[in-house]
Amino acid sequence: MSPAVEVLVRTVAVLAAFLVLPLLVGQTEHKVMAHMQGRLGPMYAGGFHGWAQLVADGVKFAQKEDVTPAAADRPVFRLAPAVGLVPYLVALAAVPLSPGLVGADAPASAVLVLAATAVGILGTLMAGWASANKYSLLGAMRAAAQLLSYELPLVLAVASVCLAAGSLSLTAIAGAWSPWWLLWQLPGAFVFLVAAVAELQRPPFDMPVADSELVFGAYTEYTGLRFAFFLLAEYAGIVLMSLLFAVLYLGGWKGPLSGDLGWLWTLLKGFVVSVLVIWMRVAWPRLREDQLQRLAWLGLVPLALLQLALTGVWVVATA
Amino acid sequence: MTGLDVAFAAAGTVAAASAVLSVTTRHVVHAALWLVVSLGAVAGCYLVLGAEFVALVQVLIYVGAVVVLVLFALMLTRAPIGPNEEVSASPLHRALAAVLAAGVTALLAAVLVPLARVVGAVRRGGPGTTGLGEQLFGTWVWPFEALSVLLLAALVAALAVAGMARGRGAGEP
Repeated sequence: MSPAVEVLVRTVAVLAAFLVLPLLVGQTEHKVMAHMQGRLGPMYAGGFHGWAQLVADGVKFAQKEDVTPAAADRPVFRLAPAVGLVPYLVALAAVPLSPGLVGADAPASAVLVLAATAVGILGTLMAGWASANKYSLLGAMRAAAQLLSYELPLVLAVASVCLAAGSLSLTAIAGAWSPWWLLWQLPGAFVFLVAAVAELQRPPFDMPVADSELVFGAYTEYTGLRFAFFLLAEYAGIVLMSLLFAVLYLGGWKGPLSGDLGWLWTLLKGFVVSVLVIWMRVAWPRLREDQLQRLAWLGLVPLALLQLALTGVWVVATA
Repeated sequence: MTGLDVAFAAAGTVAAASAVLSVTTRHVVHAALWLVVSLGAVAGCYLVLGAEFVALVQVLIYVGAVVVLVLFALMLTRAPIGPNEEVSASPLHRALAAVLAAGVTALLAAVLVPLARVVGAVRRGGPGTTGLGEQLFGTWVWPFEALSVLLLAALVAALAVAGMARGRGAGEP
């Protein structure tokens, strides 16, 4: 394959995964959440158990009028969804499904994924500010405060895994993984999962988009495809964080028949983690702003530092 | 001109142009957003030179945290949509800033331009991530630790200042 064709194939594959996997997670959320709450969820669209509900939603969003508020800062308002969405696409390209199956094999892919997700918050901030709406601005400020607080434990937890594997490459980290990590890296895994759900502003950490207080936070003024892009960014975020959790803490493609079906193991583990993320939404009520900050700074950061120290001591002791 | 030369020149031009826009725009929030473009383009320069880790950390820290903090502070205080005439500087300040900027540019150019002639075309190189870590925690460990202590002192001082301000406030618990 010539390099140009290879780049094209890889780009198309990552884009397809980016468009299909969030839909799968979204449909799973519809159905899992519905059954946990003793109802059926969507049943009509597409016939069989409402499988086409999200496709129908997408068609609906595409038909809606794209409104920009008169008082808004037009260029920033219109650019914000792209700034919120594209970083997740870049990050997803760097997550390996198996040693050979990765969109773009960067040597420091763990840092790349973290850096890309850190940029995504800018989209929310831009959206909230440019909307010229008090609710949007408040939502954006809550989002910024929350994401800055949870960025630190997330980075520390990933740093611990990188230290344990002695590499910044996700492929090498999953390669160095052994079942012993399940116990050794357990505090870090817990910190990562909580901080990842908070980064995605998913319930119980959905203070920035609390509907009873802020309508829909920073995204209140958005309609049509631009709004759909923000939703897609949220679900792509779930996919990304779940796959990342699977690769960092659950050994990615390791399992029976991992030679041929490794990618399936990664996807399966990632899917289980995303069901867990959905479960968290159903199981817990929303945290208040001060509780959010308290959990991050007094709970997760010390725990992550402890894990980092533990990893460091063990790595030095066994070296 | 190699491809790397072109890429480096493009990233550098974007960085310089967005930096100029950042200091000349009358929209406070736009200034912060142009800063994002500028810092991102500098990360692009690092990437072209083969310092991948430095580029990623630049994005993670500067774009993902520092500018977000700047935007957060702006929104907490006052960030109207549209040009904000209050924040514009007087002609004297502008002239002084221009002279200062020209001086710094001349100083940097005096050091870097002869160096560029020695190095020649843009090359990907450098020590790589492992080498960078060894340098940082070997040769340069003392400056690194001194910087950490400096930042820690600033953090504690900021807390103390905030605490004192709260103590003086009337009727505040």
